[in-house]
Amino acid sequence: MAEQKHEKYYVPASSPWPIVGAIGLGLIAFGAGHTVIDMKNETEGWGSNVLLGGIAVILIMLFGWFRDQINESMSGLYSKQLGHSYRQGMAWFIFSEIMFFAAFFGALFYARTIAVEWLGGAGNNAMTNEVLWPGFEAIWPLTETPGGTESGAMGWLGLPLYNTLILIASSFTCHFAHVGLEKGKRKQLTVWLGVTIVLGCIFLYMQGAEYVHAYEELGLTLDSGVYGNTFYMLTGFHGMHVTLGTIMLIVMFFRVLKGHFTPESHFAFQATSWYWHFVDVVWVCLFIFVYIL
Amino acid sequence: MSTVVGEMDQHDDHHHHAPSGITRWLFTTNHKDIGSMYLWFSFIMFLVGGSMAMVIRAELFQPGLQLVDPHFFNQMTTVHGLIMVFGAVMPAFTGLANWMIPMMIGAPDMALPRMNNWSFWILPFAFAILLASLFMEGGGPAFGWTFYAPLSTTYSSDSTALFVFSVHIMGISSIMGAINVIVTIMNMRAPGMSYMKMPLFVWTWFITAFLLIAVMPVLAGAVTMVLTDKYFGTSFFDAAGGGDPVMFQHIFWFFGHPEVYIMILPSFGIVSAIIPAFSRKRLFGYSSMVYATAAIAGLSFLVWAHHMFTTGMPVFAELFFMYCTMLISVPTGVKVFNWVATMWRGSISFETPMLFALAFVILFTIGGFSGLMLAITPVDFQYHDTYFVVAHFHYVLVSGAIFSIMAAAYYWLPKWTGHMYDEGLAKLHFWASLISVNVLFFPMHFAGLAGMPRRIPDYSVQFADINQIVSIGGFAFGLSQLIFLWLVIKCVKGGKKAPAKPWEGAEGLEWTVPSPAPYHTFDTPPEVK
Ligand code: HEM
Ligand SMILES: [Cu+2]
Repeated sequence: MAEQKHEKYYVPASSPWPIVGAIGLGLIAFGAGHTVIDMKNETEGWGSNVLLGGIAVILIMLFGWFRDQINESMSGLYSKQLGHSYRQGMAWFIFSEIMFFAAFFGALFYARTIAVEWLGGAGNNAMTNEVLWPGFEAIWPLTETPGGTESGAMGWLGLPLYNTLILIASSFTCHFAHVGLEKGKRKQLTVWLGVTIVLGCIFLYMQGAEYVHAYEELGLTLDSGVYGNTFYMLTGFHGMHVTLGTIMLIVMFFRVLKGHFTPESHFAFQATSWYWHFVDVVWVCLFIFVYIL
Repeated sequence: MSTVVGEMDQHDDHHHHAPSGITRWLFTTNHKDIGSMYLWFSFIMFLVGGSMAMVIRAELFQPGLQLVDPHFFNQMTTVHGLIMVFGAVMPAFTGLANWMIPMMIGAPDMALPRMNNWSFWILPFAFAILLASLFMEGGGPAFGWTFYAPLSTTYSSDSTALFVFSVHIMGISSIMGAINVIVTIMNMRAPGMSYMKMPLFVWTWFITAFLLIAVMPVLAGAVTMVLTDKYFGTSFFDAAGGGDPVMFQHIFWFFGHPEVYIMILPSFGIVSAIIPAFSRKRLFGYSSMVYATAAIAGLSFLVWAHHMFTTGMPVFAELFFMYCTMLISVPTGVKVFNWVATMWRGSISFETPMLFALAFVILFTIGGFSGLMLAITPVDFQYHDTYFVVAHFHYVLVSGAIFSIMAAAYYWLPKWTGHMYDEGLAKLHFWASLISVNVLFFPMHFAGLAGMPRRIPDYSVQFADINQIVSIGGFAFGLSQLIFLWLVIKCVKGGKKAPAKPWEGAEGLEWTVPSPAPYHTFDTPPEVK
């Protein structure tokens, strides 16, 4: 099949990994559900074991699937067209991620400009405020909820600002690495890729430190009202994406060391770099809307 | 499930043979196998969700509470809705996309065949989890398919987390399926198959896939917030913490309205293939069909709050959403006009696919009209949450989406199985479905106008007669679908051999390959002029 003229399509052979992945996701969903239920009821259960089992299955699946994929790609089995498909697939996947964050940004904007304002009596809601939540004042950050929970607010100077600079810088270093790859300069590629990974790790560490600071000194927690909710959900999901991105970068690093990728063919690297830029852009939005404004 | 080469055509000189055994289905990367699995899965879910509907109609046969307790009734309405939307209609369309899109654009397979298999196999697990939650202590989801907070947060049963995670993986499955469709269409078209030459089924699915990728993640966000509100102490939907239950409805319907178009746009594509075929005429206004589909998809992001007129919004917002909603009837009207114009002076014949397509045009339009009535804000104040709404969405979804899926199945069964289906049985299925669906859903309009609320297991005695008629229609409709099951099994097993092109007026690349379609088609791309 492979040495036919370029006109012929390449269709990947059947593979056990997709169904392994489906089983893994099924176990994760079932296990996570039971874990959460057990936590709420404060009961001991087997949910978390199922969850861990599911994660293990997914890891095995990822490992096996990518190993096959890399071997096939290294043995020159793939067509240019398949490369296009992968790239477009990745682009649409990132679009779906953007929409996922959009849901939480939407919640932030709604809570901030509508829900909290109305609870404070804006528009024709004077009675809501007078009767249901007397004494509640609409302010943002919401340091005191209508129910009376108090918390501190996270400023933007200091740690968050440094983190922003770090992440923006890492987008540039990632780009330099990519340019190095495209020009065939392996040294440039390796060094800048390494720097990107280090920056990613520093970001994650600082984010962890920020959470500790918020929990211990500011009293800003996940359950301290809608300000804390949006703060942690947005930064938390973003942090998860940075973690994933960093892992992808690390995998790329090892593949680079093994001599994978050519200036013409490096889908995996390109996808990772797109992903990294996406994570970066999300952070900039976060920094503006969650921290500064 | 032998919708492939094999059995009869050993002598066929196609060197590709389907692998045998169970691993063929588990490991497959073949779009036809995956399409068949999607279609069978969706049909099984259709029967499961249908039996829940039977429970609902049996309880509502008489006023008073007799068969099931109210909490169980609520679980039935909820899971019926979830299964029909996510388990029956959407996978059926994905199955049709898998089978037909590669053949229609002259591609050998979907663009990402392994991911394709993954998308499918997630579904059985997702629905097993959802169904299993029904058997947990405290019961399964009982908050309606729309899972409004605080019903799904403060007042829901323990098992809600299972609902949340099962929706998560359903969403992953749909997103991957949609990415596959979009990439296939953008990247795998045969030389000469320009965008404006694509069959409308391909076009409508292209736009549907875009909608899916745009809104399924928003649904994921909504269920995540429900999860954290219920289990982790957040207050997105709780005023005491500065949140707002109304916000839930905004987020949900931002997903929900485009979702209803996800369930109807592929139908438009199917009907736009079938009506020209049996009218023996070209489709009237091809490009206006494409633009109308795109316009409907675009507008569908601007109308979500028509589900929330009675929830409360500033008057300006009520009016904005009312006018935007009414605007959608313009491109929808264009479509109906084009279908009718296609038939105008055609030499029409009435095989079963055409019958279902015709019924679709008429009954979907009735559903569109009741939608238009609901779109009028002050009028909706009366209709909202009554059986009028139930009548509306069942006209568009059952006699709309499901009828179009039936039409598609009859139209392409010869291509899938290599056999003609039993036309007599098919006609019986059609007429039984057509009559019972109207007995089932038409009287609901009157019950709703007279004020009967939806989602309640009991009702005032004045509604007794109407409900009895509706229930009888319901049982009849349910039974009629068993005819279809029998017919399909018969057709898979044998029957008159189908020629490559069983329908005289049909057009498209799928009719250029033999019936049944060989395991691999278009290994080398065809030239499209
Ligand atoms: C002409 C176009 C349409 C208009 C103007 C329209 C309008 C509406 C309105 C205003 C409602 C809210 C009624 C209420 O809750 O008070 C509604 C509900 C609904 N519509 Fe439509 N609609 C249209 C087409 C469709 C289509 C094509 C579908 C699906 C294929 C659909 C599915 C639904 C569903 C499922 C609901 C009920 C959701 C629920 O509350 O459970 N509609 N429609
Ligand atoms: Cu709607």
